[in-house]
Amino acid sequence: MITFVSPTLDYALLAPILIVLGGALIGVLIEAFAPRSARASSQLFITLATLALSLASLVRVRSGASTTAAMESVTFDGAGVLLQGSILLIAIISVFLLADLDNFTALAAALPGSDEERTSLQQDLKVTEVYPLTLFAVAGMLLFPVATDLVTLFVALEMLSLPLYLLAGLSRRRRLMSQESALKYFLLGAFSSAFFLMGIAYLYGYSAAVSFSGIHAAVIGGTGNDIYLLLGIAFLSVGLLFKVGAVPFHAWSPDVYQGAPTAVTAFMAAATKVAAFGAMLRIFYLSFAEAYWQWRPALIVIALITMVFGSLVAIAQRDVKRMLAYSSIAHAGFLLSGVIALNKSGLDASIFYLFAYGVATVGAFAIVTLVRDSAGEVTDLNRWSGLGKRSPWVATAFAGFLLAFAGIPLTSGFIGKFSIFSAAYESGSTAILITGVLSSAIAAFFYIRVIVLMFFKDPVEDGTSVVIPSVYTQITIAISAVVTFALGIYPTPLINFIQSTAQFLR
Amino acid sequence: MNLNNMNLLTLSMLLPLLGTVALAFVPKTNLLLTKQIALATTALVAVVGIAMTISFDFGATGFQFVESREWIPAFGIKYALGVDGIALVLILMSVLLTPIVVIAGWNESEGGRWSPKVFYSLLLVLETMMIGVFASTDVFLFYVFFEAMLVPVYFLIGGFGSGDRAAAAVKFLLYSLFGGLLMLASIVGIFVMATRYGNRTFDITTLSQLHTVLTPMMENVLFLGFFIAFAIKAPLWPLHTWLPDAAKSATPGTSVLLLGVLDKVGTFGMIRYCLTLFPNASKTFTPMIITLAVISILYGAFLAIGAKDIKRLIAYTSISHFGFITMGIFAMTSQGMSGATLYMFNHGFSTAALFLVAGFMISRRKSSTISDFGGLQRITPIMAWSFFIAGMSSLALPGLSSFVSEFLVLVGTFTRYPVAAVIATFGIVLAALYILIPVQRALHGPTTPGNENLTDLTLREKIAIGPVIALIVILGFYPSPLLKIINPAAATVVSQQGFSDPAPTMSEGKK
Repeated sequence: MITFVSPTLDYALLAPILIVLGGALIGVLIEAFAPRSARASSQLFITLATLALSLASLVRVRSGASTTAAMESVTFDGAGVLLQGSILLIAIISVFLLADLDNFTALAAALPGSDEERTSLQQDLKVTEVYPLTLFAVAGMLLFPVATDLVTLFVALEMLSLPLYLLAGLSRRRRLMSQESALKYFLLGAFSSAFFLMGIAYLYGYSAAVSFSGIHAAVIGGTGNDIYLLLGIAFLSVGLLFKVGAVPFHAWSPDVYQGAPTAVTAFMAAATKVAAFGAMLRIFYLSFAEAYWQWRPALIVIALITMVFGSLVAIAQRDVKRMLAYSSIAHAGFLLSGVIALNKSGLDASIFYLFAYGVATVGAFAIVTLVRDSAGEVTDLNRWSGLGKRSPWVATAFAGFLLAFAGIPLTSGFIGKFSIFSAAYESGSTAILITGVLSSAIAAFFYIRVIVLMFFKDPVEDGTSVVIPSVYTQITIAISAVVTFALGIYPTPLINFIQSTAQFLR
Repeated sequence: MNLNNMNLLTLSMLLPLLGTVALAFVPKTNLLLTKQIALATTALVAVVGIAMTISFDFGATGFQFVESREWIPAFGIKYALGVDGIALVLILMSVLLTPIVVIAGWNESEGGRWSPKVFYSLLLVLETMMIGVFASTDVFLFYVFFEAMLVPVYFLIGGFGSGDRAAAAVKFLLYSLFGGLLMLASIVGIFVMATRYGNRTFDITTLSQLHTVLTPMMENVLFLGFFIAFAIKAPLWPLHTWLPDAAKSATPGTSVLLLGVLDKVGTFGMIRYCLTLFPNASKTFTPMIITLAVISILYGAFLAIGAKDIKRLIAYTSISHFGFITMGIFAMTSQGMSGATLYMFNHGFSTAALFLVAGFMISRRKSSTISDFGGLQRITPIMAWSFFIAGMSSLALPGLSSFVSEFLVLVGTFTRYPVAAVIATFGIVLAALYILIPVQRALHGPTTPGNENLTDLTLREKIAIGPVIALIVILGFYPSPLLKIINPAAATVVSQQGFSDPAPTMSEGKK
């Protein structure tokens, strides 16, 4: 007879995730019961309070003795906590962007161009649902990089993805495009989830385990049927590579980046990358490390193609959001070098890079929200020309973020690039180093072109203007800029902290 | 007084930054105060530079004014500064040229895209980085300055230049970034190799032993990463095409710093990094590099002869001169090395003189085409004489400073590569042509219509150009103080990596 053992969950360790989930539920309740007028401000407050509380409890988790919770399906090791901390910090600065609800549709359920839409616009409705949706996504993201069994991993993947699909479709302007992008994201995401599940099935078939440690044991023990391991890794990787936007699974990202409300794009671009790369690092470092000769060549090829493709195609973009999308594809390629490196410096470098890149990304998109004409955001790059003349500070900040993406010294991007490339080269991958450096040179071209456009071209008279940033957006931009340059000039405290903290526990 | 302990290098880098901060508080309309702050700051830095030169110990080897602080210990990166004779001379040149540029370009900053405040802020930030790039003794720190200094120059060209300035600025930046990224690959390589061999550091002195453990293949590859970056910077044929455009589009003052200082980072880097870190690879590639240098000498000279634009002409003469410097460096003799270093210093001032006078001419005539001038000797004698002396210095007339250095380079090269030295000598003949032709066209002959009312140099312009010309003449007769500073360092570079001056009978190396 099977005796039922009730699972020990260790709530103290799960607290950061549970707090976020709790905050999301409160948000849902507010949607249901609070009067419309009170929703926006109370939701913002609840969301920020939740994230701050979660961050505070994360600090406690870090000093906690125990490391695994929920029957070893999650592990709170140094690397996991660092990744969670990055996600929370990025989420906090992104929430300030969400606070500008004018970017969102008034009534998501109303058909574009319909009477309901007009009425809702007249009534000045706000979709305050974005706050709880964001919190649900954050909870999934927090779980994703600490999950240590495949089932939890899959649950986390869906938990972070579903709210993002919804959020992507909530743009106020060009609604059809926004909804189209949401649908694309959803369909392709569903496909990749299917692949992911298939991979889980194969891995279970191979190792008779869903836990990372079980798979690891099977890899070491060599149960023989390597073909299942290979298929499992391949299918699982499809799901993960889709989330990070690596070639050839990148097709969704330019459309979604462009179609989604910019505040959502900022959050998604930055935080999803941290979560997905966190999970990827964990499973490859913990479970598949010993089988590296089987997957590494393929992953190297993907990384190389991703870097070169992202950089090359970005040159041809005329839309700032699409350009940033392709740039983020290129960065996904750089970040893959950290996975390939498969050593401690690769892990450290990846975490640093993820944080630095995430913050700069939020800052860059925050600036995109500021450049508008009467019909909303202007993302056509040609109309950005002369921005430096009309609003020097906005243009300077954007140039700063672009220089960070390009990896110019004295910005965080440079330290990130240096450390991740040296980690990859340390592990013996010369191709990554050479290709990485060359595609950085290509990428520099289009970053610089935008700078030229902003500073050295005369403004076009078409009503494009920079709106006075709200206090919230100002906070986001200021924090991002300060972090980006501080990490470029004196990264030592963070690097030392990561170096002493970041490790994966089996 | 022992100035060695006073962190003078950091001080000289900090002062311009403080000047930038001060500029931020000046109201946009107060032009005079803006310029005064810029001038005062750069003059102060020049004083610090002179003080360093005076208290420099000529006899000692190794770095002086050494400072070292941890920067990113996780990667073994230090904020480490120090100068040997070569670096000191170049820093001295930089800090002397900057205030001259400020005086000479008193009104340059006003025609730009942005306010003069931006111009001077960029200039001051650039000065900090110019000092830093020569003073770093940590390879990573050097790289940071090397790359970061592109940004202010880019905005100086693109924001305050003339003509198709944006395109020129982009071309400059892309060329330099490409080179810089190749160098980054090499730096990553050095870092990993140093880690692998147990010494995670970027200290140049420690790393100068790294070549003993590298495979020849690895050393060659790492060398090329550095060398290509430097060859783009100190434009060596065929990587020079960005320079004429940039020099033509930039303001004369920016061009002075671009050709006079920034390009020297390339030749300085060849000495400090290529030769010191990768001596074997340097030997391997020497025949190729000497060939490229000789081609640069002749190619630059020929294009200069054909140039119709006065700024392009000066840029092409510089390509020729950088050929001489590179040749002197890779001749790997102590004379060649000393000559090349002295050449860098002298080239800084003679090019500055040429560019500044050319700038005065252009601002009066509103044209930079040589054939638009004519008869200046009669109308504006002082300006014409200044241009003449600067030109004579550029063609290395004996009695002017460049002669000494060009002679040393040729002698130093001849002892090892006689054929290259002989061919390079034709460069001197061509130099006479490319200088005398514009002198004849612009200064002599009938007055070209439109020139009748040109005014001669103002007091401010005389103050700017006077010291430069005085220096050119003085160093032409009495170069030994500088050589005293340079020689020990040059000899150290040549000897420490096992290069030696060849015996007089040595035959030519394989080509």
